[in-house]
Amino acid sequence: MIPRPKPERFRLRRTMMFMNAQKPGLIKDAYIYGCDSIMLDLEDAVAENQKDAARFSLYHALKTIDYGDTEVIVRINGLDTPHWREDIRVCVAGGVDGIRIAKCESAQDVHTVEKAVEEAEREFGAEVGRTLLMAALESPKGVLNAYEICSASERMFGVAISGGDFRKCMQTTPQHNGIDMLFARGQMLLAARASGIQCFDTVFTDLDDEEGFRAEVFQNKAMGFDGKSLINPKQIRFVHEVFAPTEKEVIQAEKIVRAIKENAEKGLGVFTVDGKMIDIAFLPGAERTLRLARACGMYEGDLV
Amino acid sequence: MKNAVGREIPDSLLVNGREVYQGKQYMDGKYLQKAAPRTRRYEKPQESKLLDSIAEALRHCGAKSGMTFSFHHHLRDGDYVVNMVMKAAIEELGLADLTIAASSLGSAHDPIAGYIEDGKVVGIQTSGIRGRMGEVVSAGRLKTPAIIRSHGGRPRAIEAGEVHIDIAFIAAPTSDCVGNCRGIGGKSDCGPLGYAMTDAKYADHVVVVTDCLVDFPNFPASVEAIDVDAVVVVDSIGNPKKIASAAARISQNPRDLMMAENVAKVIASTPWFQEGFSFQTGVGGPSLAANLFLEQYMDQRNIKMGWAIGGICGPMVELLKKGKVGKVIDVQDFDLDAVNSIHRTPNHFEMSASQYANPANKGAFVNKLDFVVLAALEIDTGFNVNVLTGSDGVLRGAPGGHPDTAAGSKVCVIVTPLVRGRMATVCEHVVTVTTPGDCVDVLVTDYGIAVNPLRPDLIQCLDEAGIPHVTIEALKEKAYSLVGRPDDLEWEDQVVAILEARDGTILDVVRKIKPFTLE
Amino acid sequence: MEILKPAIAGTLESSDAQVTVEPGQDGIELSLTSSVMNQYGRQIKATVLETLERLNVQHVRITVVDKGALDCTLKARVECAVFRSCGQSEENIPWGGVVQ
Repeated sequence: MIPRPKPERFRLRRTMMFMNAQKPGLIKDAYIYGCDSIMLDLEDAVAENQKDAARFSLYHALKTIDYGDTEVIVRINGLDTPHWREDIRVCVAGGVDGIRIAKCESAQDVHTVEKAVEEAEREFGAEVGRTLLMAALESPKGVLNAYEICSASERMFGVAISGGDFRKCMQTTPQHNGIDMLFARGQMLLAARASGIQCFDTVFTDLDDEEGFRAEVFQNKAMGFDGKSLINPKQIRFVHEVFAPTEKEVIQAEKIVRAIKENAEKGLGVFTVDGKMIDIAFLPGAERTLRLARACGMYEGDLV
Repeated sequence: MKNAVGREIPDSLLVNGREVYQGKQYMDGKYLQKAAPRTRRYEKPQESKLLDSIAEALRHCGAKSGMTFSFHHHLRDGDYVVNMVMKAAIEELGLADLTIAASSLGSAHDPIAGYIEDGKVVGIQTSGIRGRMGEVVSAGRLKTPAIIRSHGGRPRAIEAGEVHIDIAFIAAPTSDCVGNCRGIGGKSDCGPLGYAMTDAKYADHVVVVTDCLVDFPNFPASVEAIDVDAVVVVDSIGNPKKIASAAARISQNPRDLMMAENVAKVIASTPWFQEGFSFQTGVGGPSLAANLFLEQYMDQRNIKMGWAIGGICGPMVELLKKGKVGKVIDVQDFDLDAVNSIHRTPNHFEMSASQYANPANKGAFVNKLDFVVLAALEIDTGFNVNVLTGSDGVLRGAPGGHPDTAAGSKVCVIVTPLVRGRMATVCEHVVTVTTPGDCVDVLVTDYGIAVNPLRPDLIQCLDEAGIPHVTIEALKEKAYSLVGRPDDLEWEDQVVAILEARDGTILDVVRKIKPFTLE
Repeated sequence: MEILKPAIAGTLESSDAQVTVEPGQDGIELSLTSSVMNQYGRQIKATVLETLERLNVQHVRITVVDKGALDCTLKARVECAVFRSCGQSEENIPWGGVVQ
């Protein structure tokens, strides 16, 4: 039995890769591709009459496979299906790091799931509060309620937008400049930042359109997303490259962290670094950059 | 008697001067007396050697029961000639007790399995043995043990007279009426004819089988008319689609790319990676993809590849055309890009199997090779490699040029996933040793890199370049932790195949597998 | 658990196993084929029998067509087939109990 370490609410989640929980050949060593999170899917990837089989596969996969540093999230079926309760039971019993609530539309949805998760934690003797949550917004209502969803629970670590269903609702199709999803993305980012959680963009499904994929990833980074959902391992490398800090940013971050620590010892709270005014407010961002840099293999120091 | 890789070789096989494998370069410096064929004189002028059928050619060459016929495998899975010749010999001429000495055999040759079961074919000498033929030989149906040789070991054995070829059949994409053959210019092009050259010089009789007759003289010839007894024109010598596949594409599989990148990293960390280096790669996913990453390092350090050898395919031809490799010397083509390039693109040359890898001549290309990247079915903690038998003990692969390039090169890198389905690639003991561990230097898997302890210099290179590596035992334990420790295969006493090392000593034997029963 | 009706779980894809269970009266009647029979046949049989024992199945006619599935997959397929055969596979599964 693999005892998984306690899930971290805030960690690196540049890439979150979807995997079908029903495909043994794929999930047995999916973590080898080096994505930050794996999303095992009990929802759309699994046929309606195979939901039960997928749960058995999921349970044993969670208990047997050593995922190393990769986070394991499970996308459960929507609250409008008969499956979500048993999905939650198997996830908690198996020790997942987090549960992704598909088609989340309100804070009530989060509370409903949270209650069932807590019951399951008690039933299976897991530490109460251990299992994290994230919400997937797939409808206009979900997007409009983004802030209340994001702040609905201490377990919430992030929010994602799911483009496929959303676009259909909005009567639009994928656009190269991203304007079809512009407002939704913006709204979601605001909500995530206001409630202090992470924010992830939707999957890019056209595996042959490399140019379109690259453009979307650049835009994601520019808009401030923490990461992106993926459907194929070959997308991982590029996202990691784009979301990596530049060398200049790393050097700057190092300077800032070092300067803040040194000056704190001297009792100084405000000072200049390279002509710019720096104070303690810059520390979290600089430390985040260094952690990210370390994950990308760009930083080997001991400041974080 | 136990040999240098710890394999038990039955004493009954150690007759007529045969020895067990005693380590690489064991035969270095020794003298050998080459054999010579008994050939017919064609002094009287004749306008052509064309005969109407393969059966007629067989009769013209005095074909008899008990003879050894030889073939090359340039037509790969698209070959028709082996089957055509054996059918004519067995069904039309009623011959029996025949031995097939081919440079390799494959899935195209399933009908031979039938002749083996009928006892018409009693001996097989080859590099590759697959499909139904592999199953039949593994089941012990061949009267004498099959002899498996590498691409370099075969010309050595022919030149030394250990294989006596009565009639060599040379499938030729083009030939003229007297037997000057080329591998291009026809409708079933294969590129080089390197595997046929030793046969042409050492067989008692030589028959050319072609589906494209061209004007005399068909020069420059890969096989010369002075060595040819008869020429037969048939409708088709092979299926072009299976001879040369459409251009080999570099794998998109992220796992392959990940391993390929590490292969290139390892190569680039060694001192031999400098201007003018030489290189050979196989055509498997990660092996071929390594070309891509190596090119990036070449660009970064502004160095060019001096020469490349081996089985050649599109990506290597690309490098040649881009001016990033000086010369490409080709023993076999795998795809159309390569077939269309040889003899046409400047500096894309042909070579014989002997020039490529024969350990008994005065210095084959592999002796000067810097890097080779190869695959493996299995590799054990002694770095011994198996590319012949599946994990179920059935013959389904071929040593090919694997043992030759591993032995000659300065750095031999094996790249393979740690497990394939429920099979551990890295294991305790390989089922059959086809390449001895003292020739294998680095293993790159999707779970880590291991360096042979016999190469402390390479360990230092990796350490200095900051490339993490683990022991091969650790990789083996990881493999078993993923798939479970397998039960050992069980064997009967009967030897069904003899694995010759490239120098002619016995590296390993394959026995008949005991059928598994679940109690 | 008692096998009430025939049930099937799993596929014939590589790395998977297809398990079919039917009601029986003669103890555990196992029919096993595997693409890795020589090396793992014994272990696969042990895993299947051990899983059936944990589920307290006394009588069953069970067929396993294995395509190189790992133990975790074999267990999952056997359990799913057994639970399906008594119509109990959709909810209240004893995770961590007899299923482990």
